[in-house]
Formats: sequence, structure tokens, C-alpha cells
Amino acid sequence: MFGLGKKDVTLFLIVAVMALFAPFILNPFPTDSGLAQFNAGYPDLMQRFVIFGILAIGFNILFGLTGYLSFGHAAFLGVGSYAAVWMFKLLSMNVLPAIVLSMVVSGLFAVVIGYVSLRRSGIYFSILTLAFAQMSYNLAYSVLTPVTNGETGLQITLDDPRVLGQSATADGGIPVTNLFGLEMRSFETLDIGPWAFQFSVGYYVAAVIMLISFYLAIRIFRSPFGMTLRAIRSNQNRLYYTGLNARPYTLAAFVISGMYAGLAGGLLACMDPLAGAERMQWTASGEVVLMTILGGAGTLIGPVLGAGFIKYFENIFSKINDQVVHGWVSFLPDGLEDFVVALIHPFVGKGWHLTLGLMFMLIVIFLPGGLVEGGQRIARRLRRRPAEEPAKSASTEPAE
Amino acid sequence: MGILEVKDVNKRFGGLKALTDVNLSVTENTVHAIIGPNGAGKSTLLNCLVGKLIPDTGSVMFDGHSVLGRKPFEINQMGISRVFQTPEIFGDLTVMENMMIPLFARRDGAYRLHAFRSVASEAELRERAEAMLEDVNMLDKRNMHSASMSRGDKRRLEMAMCLVQEPRLLLLDEPTAGMARADTNNTIDLLKEIKAKRDITMAIIEHDMHVVFSLADRITVLAQGTPLVEDVPENIKGHPKVQEAYLGEHA
Repeated sequence: MFGLGKKDVTLFLIVAVMALFAPFILNPFPTDSGLAQFNAGYPDLMQRFVIFGILAIGFNILFGLTGYLSFGHAAFLGVGSYAAVWMFKLLSMNVLPAIVLSMVVSGLFAVVIGYVSLRRSGIYFSILTLAFAQMSYNLAYSVLTPVTNGETGLQITLDDPRVLGQSATADGGIPVTNLFGLEMRSFETLDIGPWAFQFSVGYYVAAVIMLISFYLAIRIFRSPFGMTLRAIRSNQNRLYYTGLNARPYTLAAFVISGMYAGLAGGLLACMDPLAGAERMQWTASGEVVLMTILGGAGTLIGPVLGAGFIKYFENIFSKINDQVVHGWVSFLPDGLEDFVVALIHPFVGKGWHLTLGLMFMLIVIFLPGGLVEGGQRIARRLRRRPAEEPAKSASTEPAE
Repeated sequence: MGILEVKDVNKRFGGLKALTDVNLSVTENTVHAIIGPNGAGKSTLLNCLVGKLIPDTGSVMFDGHSVLGRKPFEINQMGISRVFQTPEIFGDLTVMENMMIPLFARRDGAYRLHAFRSVASEAELRERAEAMLEDVNMLDKRNMHSASMSRGDKRRLEMAMCLVQEPRLLLLDEPTAGMARADTNNTIDLLKEIKAKRDITMAIIEHDMHVVFSLADRITVLAQGTPLVEDVPENIKGHPKVQEAYLGEHA
């Protein structure tokens, strides 16, 4: 189906169902219950899940297949955002041209950076991409102020031309991003009993684009091109003596991956039309590396899981403050309560990075294949029990 | 006129003359062995044929076209496949995937791989890969992770990867170097099998002359960067010049 194998169709459908029903799945707790703060089903966060999912899927095409570890992918994210905001300023508030331009510009950017950086491999490649990203960040921050608006960040204003749209709405406000009139920020709330589910236009636009990106990534993974990218990681020497030139394929992977990042950056701007230089900072590049490794580099679903995992921590875990913790342990005697809170304190709220760091270390040490490997181990353990009975199905799996 | 013609090739590295006036002609559908003691220039010569080194002077013609200045992948696309001293395979890939890449390279060329067509839909290439694996007795290992195989199997796989491209010339660089006696014999048997089953032109670089006697149609003896004699195996064995070159090793 759709040119995919059976397993991949299942995987795609699982991701599709998860994405489309995310407002339900991520909102398991009633609105006024104490656990409501763990709900992640609000539009702003769900958008981040899928947008950073796109970023990680693209990053995985480069890192997961060819093994080239780019430490400068945030540059493409930032470039995509700037391109999209400029489109909002100059053309119209429709998100479609903005998305297209952000992909084109980041693609061109990736050709240049990739052409230079791919002359080296391993750590030197990583350092080159990091240097490029930091250069872009500093350019955006100071030198290119006319284009990027420096540290304030690029925003849309009332005097932007918007030749195909309007500079200001009838009541004098700044127009909002839309897809042919459907406003990105608009949402419907569905109340079922104590639950409130929010369905936002912006989220669904981003989710559909994520599904398309995911589908394309599956096709690339299963193609001769994708197989060759894995061969590049495995043994470049053999590849050259097999009649293939590794260079253009690696560059293609780099550009595709850069365009995915640009698309993610463009979508961020579509949801909230401003772009700042901090989006290009090296910590942002590091974050996508973490997402991919945490989820499982080289697997299809891993990067999406990793992106969701990190964004959940960033937005939910960081909101647990001392008061909340006090609420949890209020049944303890006073002195002990304060002690426990002091103990938990460094790991929650502003200290969420500490928890994330520890989780990352545990996963890399015990599950080098990331969350996906964890899932596979659990599945294997569950399957082994019934398999101990005579059911021995020696199915010959077709080689991929 | 041979399919591979090496004319007056010289190569020096600083003060060291690695190759001096090397002339060599490999005829189609023969197995041509190039033997010589350590430091005779065998590997330098091979590297000049595959595009890794460029000779200082002289010409290397393959099927009427010069290979000089071409990159290894371009030379492979001309029809020369190479087996390395230590097997070079794609260790992260399965045996079957290892077989598919050379097939794609041959069908689609160096630059035109498909990015959206599924590998699974390539039934015809898959059949060819399976037939080739059958030929080298590896069909049962087709879904194995290739890095986890024994060295002998890796050698078989590498050979199959080269042969599946139907090369017009197969170059082998000391295919038995560092192998135990039993593995050496297996490799020789495999090469004999391959030779018996198809028309193939092979050039084998080898240090140990005993390996190639039963296999080669012609043997060139290289010593100190220059060819000493070229003849059929029977005449090589007792040749006084060869005895001299190998003195102390097999004399």
C-alpha cells in the first residue's frame, strides 16, 4: 500500500492515528483534577511535538543513515523561521508560501554548508557544521540586523507591505497567520464530562505536514538511495570500488535533512510569527541530537518519540515547582516533608535539565538503541512467554 | 591485444623506484597471476590499475580506454571490480543488502540511484543476487548481519558482490594473505569453481606462488618493481630467474 511494505504501513498508521487523536491521547486527566498539569494536550505544546518531530525525522535521515553527526542543524531551523516571517511581511499571511520559501532557503543554505563541511568526516565534520551554525547565529544576532532585526527578533508589524494580503485588519490589528482563511490560532474545545479537549487548526496543519514528512522519510529509508546512505556509514571505501560516488549522495542527504529543519523552522513561525536568533544557538542544535539518540538513531519512529519525550519534559516537568511537590508529600510530618521537598527540588521546575540529563545517561548506557530498543526488548519479553509453547513459526522473512 | 594493457609504467615515491618499465597484457577469459616477493611492487601496480595511484609515466588501457586519472568508482563503472586483501564489505548491512548495492550501482550508474522506489520492489535484481549467493553457497545466510560472519564467509560475500556486477576484469589483491592453510585452500577452490562456471578474466596479485599455480593460465613474476618473466605456470616453477628472486623463500 502507498509503495510501502506491510510493516511500514502499520507503523505509518500507528503514527497517523496517534497524531490525529493526540488531543485525546495527551489529555488523559480531567481538567480540574490534581494531575491535570501532566496533560500535554494543549495546542501550543502539541504543535511543538509534531514540529520538532519533523526536525528530528530530517536529522535522522542524515545522522541515522549516513552517520554524519551535524552539530549545526539549528541554523536551518532559524533560517526557515526568518524566511517564513519575511514571507508574512512581504507577501501575505497565508502559511503555504511561507513554508515553501523556508524550505527553499534552508535547502540552498544546506547546499553551501554541506558542500564545504562534507569534505571532512567524523568529528571534523561535526565541528565544521557547529562553526557554520555559530557563524549564522552571530550574523543573525548582530551583523545582519536589517534582515533579522538583531536581538529583538523579526516580527510582523502594521506597516509591512503584504502585497497579496492586507497590512492591517479592518479593526486596525495585525492580521494572523492562516491557511486560505483558516486561522492557525483558532481552536474548538470539546467538553466531555470533566474533560476538555482542544482541537486547533495550527496543530492539525502541522500534524498533516509531519505525516507527509514521515511518509517521505519511510520511502527514503527503503529506497536504494537510503540503503546506499547506510553503506556510506558502513564502508565508504567499498562503495567507491563498487562504482558509486559517495559525495553527491551524502550531500543530498544533508540537503534533504536541512530542508526538513527549514520546514520545521517555517512551521514554528507559522504558529507564532516571530523569529529570533536564539533559535540558531548551538544548544538548539544539541537538542535535536539528543532527541534523535534518545529515541533511537537510524530507526524510523525513534526521532519522533525522542522529540516528544524532550518537549514533554521541557514543558511539563519544568512546571512542577516546590508548591506542587509540597502538595504531593503533604501527608508526611512537617520536618520530613521539607526534607523530601528539598531533595526533589533540584530535579524539578527549573532543574528539569538535571532529570533529562540523568534519563539521557541511563538510556545511552543501558539502551544504546534509544527508546525504540527499550520498546523492542519489552515486546520480545512479552512474546517469549507464549513462544515457549510449541508454536514455532519459522517464517522466512524477505530481506530488505 | 589484451583487455588490459599496461605499457612502460613507472612510479617512484621520492627516491624509491616502486615500478620500473612495467609492461603487462591480460588476455580476455584468462586468469593472470602477478606474483613476486615482498616489496616487488605488486600492490603499487594494482593501485595504478584501480585509480588509487597515478603512474609517473606510461599508460594503462582497459578495453581501449585509458584508466589514468579516473576515480575508483569510474573505473569500476568501466567494468573492473576489485577484491581486497582483507574483505571489504558493508558490515552494517545484511548479506542480501550487500549484494543489492553493486547491482544498483551497475544498473543505475554512479549518480542515479532511486530515492523513492522501494528496494523490495526490485524482484529482478533480487533474483540475480540470490542466484549469485547460491553460486557461492551463501543463500542460507542471506538475512545475516554481514559483520557477524566468519572471515571466510566475508571473503565469499565480497567475491559474490564483485561477480554479481559481471565485471569484465576481476582484480584480486592477495586473496589468501594471512589466512590459515584450510582457508587458503577454500579460497582457491572457490576461485576455481568461479572460473569453471563462467567466462571470466581475473588478475590475481599474490605473494605465495603455490596459491596460483593450479589456478592461473599465465603468470608474471615481478621483482624489484620490474617484470622478470611471463609464462605459463609449468615454465615458471623451475625458471632460474624466479628461483633467484624467491631465493631463501621457496628455493
